[in-house]
Amino acid sequence: MLHIVVCIKQVPDSREIRIDPVTNTLIRQGVPSIVNFYDLHGLEEALRIKDELGACVTVVTMGPPPAEKSLKECISLGADRAVLVTDRKFAGADTLATSYVLAKTLEKVAEEFGAIDMVFCGKQTLDGDTGQVGPGIACRLDLEQLTYVGKVIHVDPEKRRVRVERKLEDGIEVVETSFPVLITALKELNKVRRAPMPGMIRAARFKPTVWTTNDFPDIEISKIGLKGSPTIVSKTWVPEVRKVNGEKIAGVAPEQIAEQLMEKLWGSELAQKLGWA
Amino acid sequence: MSTEQNNEQMPDWSQYRGVLVFVEQRSGTAKKVSWQLLGAGKKLADKLEVPLMAFVIGDQVDHLADEAIYYGADRVFLCQGPELQDYRTRPYSRITLKLIEEHKPEICLFGATGTGRDLAGAIATHLPTGLTADTTELDVEPHPSRLLLASRPAFSEKMMATILCKQYRPQMATARAGVFQALPRDPERKGEIVLIANPTEGEQIATEVVNFIEQTGTVNLEEAEIIVSGGRGLGGIEPFRLLKELADELGGQVGASRACVDAGWIAHEHQVGQTGYTVRPKLYFAIGISGAVQHTVGMAGSDVIIAINKDENAPIFQFAHYGIVGDLFQIVPAITAEVKKRKAAKEDPTMAFKV
Ligand SMILES: Cc1cc2nc3c(=O)[nH]c(=O)nc-3n(C[C@H](O)[C@H](O)[C@H](O)COP(=O)(O)OP(=O)(O)OC[C@H]3O[C@@H](n4cnc5c(N)ncnc54)[C@H](O)[C@@H]3O)c2cc1C
Ligand SMILES: Nc1ncnc2c1ncn2[C@@H]1O[C@H](COP(=O)(O)O)[C@@H](O)[C@H]1O
Repeated sequence: MLHIVVCIKQVPDSREIRIDPVTNTLIRQGVPSIVNFYDLHGLEEALRIKDELGACVTVVTMGPPPAEKSLKECISLGADRAVLVTDRKFAGADTLATSYVLAKTLEKVAEEFGAIDMVFCGKQTLDGDTGQVGPGIACRLDLEQLTYVGKVIHVDPEKRRVRVERKLEDGIEVVETSFPVLITALKELNKVRRAPMPGMIRAARFKPTVWTTNDFPDIEISKIGLKGSPTIVSKTWVPEVRKVNGEKIAGVAPEQIAEQLMEKLWGSELAQKLGWA
Repeated sequence: MSTEQNNEQMPDWSQYRGVLVFVEQRSGTAKKVSWQLLGAGKKLADKLEVPLMAFVIGDQVDHLADEAIYYGADRVFLCQGPELQDYRTRPYSRITLKLIEEHKPEICLFGATGTGRDLAGAIATHLPTGLTADTTELDVEPHPSRLLLASRPAFSEKMMATILCKQYRPQMATARAGVFQALPRDPERKGEIVLIANPTEGEQIATEVVNFIEQTGTVNLEEAEIIVSGGRGLGGIEPFRLLKELADELGGQVGASRACVDAGWIAHEHQVGQTGYTVRPKLYFAIGISGAVQHTVGMAGSDVIIAINKDENAPIFQFAHYGIVGDLFQIVPAITAEVKKRKAAKEDPTMAFKV
């Protein structure tokens, strides 16, 4: 049976986030958490493949203990298994350190629960907002990598091939590759289902597998968390914009306003630049 | 992203010199962001007193190596072959890695496009080094620190963050299309072209590009001279027709605030602002847009700005050269009609007397 892993991240709801002006880190306290919505589209696609071809779906997250809630949400939707990788030593990770820990996690998932055929990640997270973790994992595990996937056209478990549509700025690329593959999901990929009642009941009692640094005997401490992160936030600021406070055009009738406006524009330098005059 | 750590030793990076830019192309046509990045890269290279380098990968793309020189590169690495016609992560990243390992640039820039992000994400992990995504400002500290100051909108309202990579080289960033300015193309400019062998030649590559369906929309906000943008004040999809009519009449394009894109009224490629395009047209209309900083950072550089809003206290008026307080549903059609009238008068002077 196919084994599909979905990497999900619990993220603070974007509208409520602030940055601590002293430490320049995100203040996460008091901010409601949600499953990064691109990741839910990755999960949905894994579940569709499961519905169609049969598959075992493992959900993985690296995060603080409360991220268990997000894993339970994935279980309620139909995931078979969930792994929470959590340790204070993982904190402060940038994309390089995150992909290192997730790659280690996936190796361990494969060892304990069976070889992995497909991995789904979201296109990007709402907080990190980089889209780099997926390619990072693929690179470390030497998986084929298909980013920005808007449609999975065909999965062939015999030939171990998958054909997808990648959505790029200038068009749609139809591309095919072999397992094991890592796919990053766009929201066009599918419509996320609602949790069915039995799923919700299962999730309520569900306890994810929890791994800490102790469960990874060969993990290099210098490559994880803050220490393992090459990028550093040096400062944050509020962007400033030029204010011109130009003239107001008022009038009774819209036609009058339009005429006044055009009279001004037509007489201006702009009209010359645009070749109107 | 982590917070600043103090009292660290900087390793010796003196072997790493120069700025390297990825020239992204499809079927022999370069993405505009490539030239914009050369424009941004040139400033960095000049400040560091190092050459600006570019690399081109593809099939029959000699001419792009020349173009890269015309747009500011001093040295261009060129790797060609029929098997490199389409972008695929494995061969492209192997070539790029070989290039970086041999020529040791201190800074590498990629467009924050599907391809650029795919490639940069793989390479940064391999090297390994830090990679800053989606930058909108690039600067560099002069010698001896030579640090790339890569700034991007941060996940927080109204925030920008500068990201540094002190302990690793090269320093890598992807940069958003439309933000940086290309240098004027100079076909007299001379530079060096270095041919690179494909290290994956003859190898079986699992990934196969089956087809590409081009979907270039007609929107190209970065190049538009006139942009007619709408905001939440439009209230739905249908009123965008009014904006389209005005834009068509003026020979301009339709833009939008994020609120409209989030509501699904218009595609993201129309979005102006921090997480959309930064535009500098000669004329910009902000219609039913309140003027949140995330929007204004993307349009305040326009030559002439006209705001239409029914709320006279809307912040957008602070950025407008001409502010119209009123109902967009009445004002916009009136402006369109006025433009029609003036155009007709220009084409046929006698018309001016008839209307
Ligand atoms: C991280 C982050 C990034 C962001 N990036 C962007 C970005 O790139 N671009 C962007 O635009 N926004 C961005 N935003 C969102 C931004 O903060 C604002 O929410 C958004 O710009 C508001 O859009 P709006 O002006 O269309 O809507 P509103 O703020 O709702 O304004 C609508 C305006 O229409 C006026 N109006 C209503 N009816 C009429 C009428 N009949 N006639 C005339 N006027 C009328 C109202 O008076 C009001 O001023 C970002 C936000 C975050 C948090
Ligand atoms: N801490 C994490 N745990 C699990 N998956 C993650 C984590 N961080 C990122 N990812 C995955 O990588 C994708 C891209 O994240 P990012 O590079 O942060 O934008 C996300 O959509 C997730 O699928």
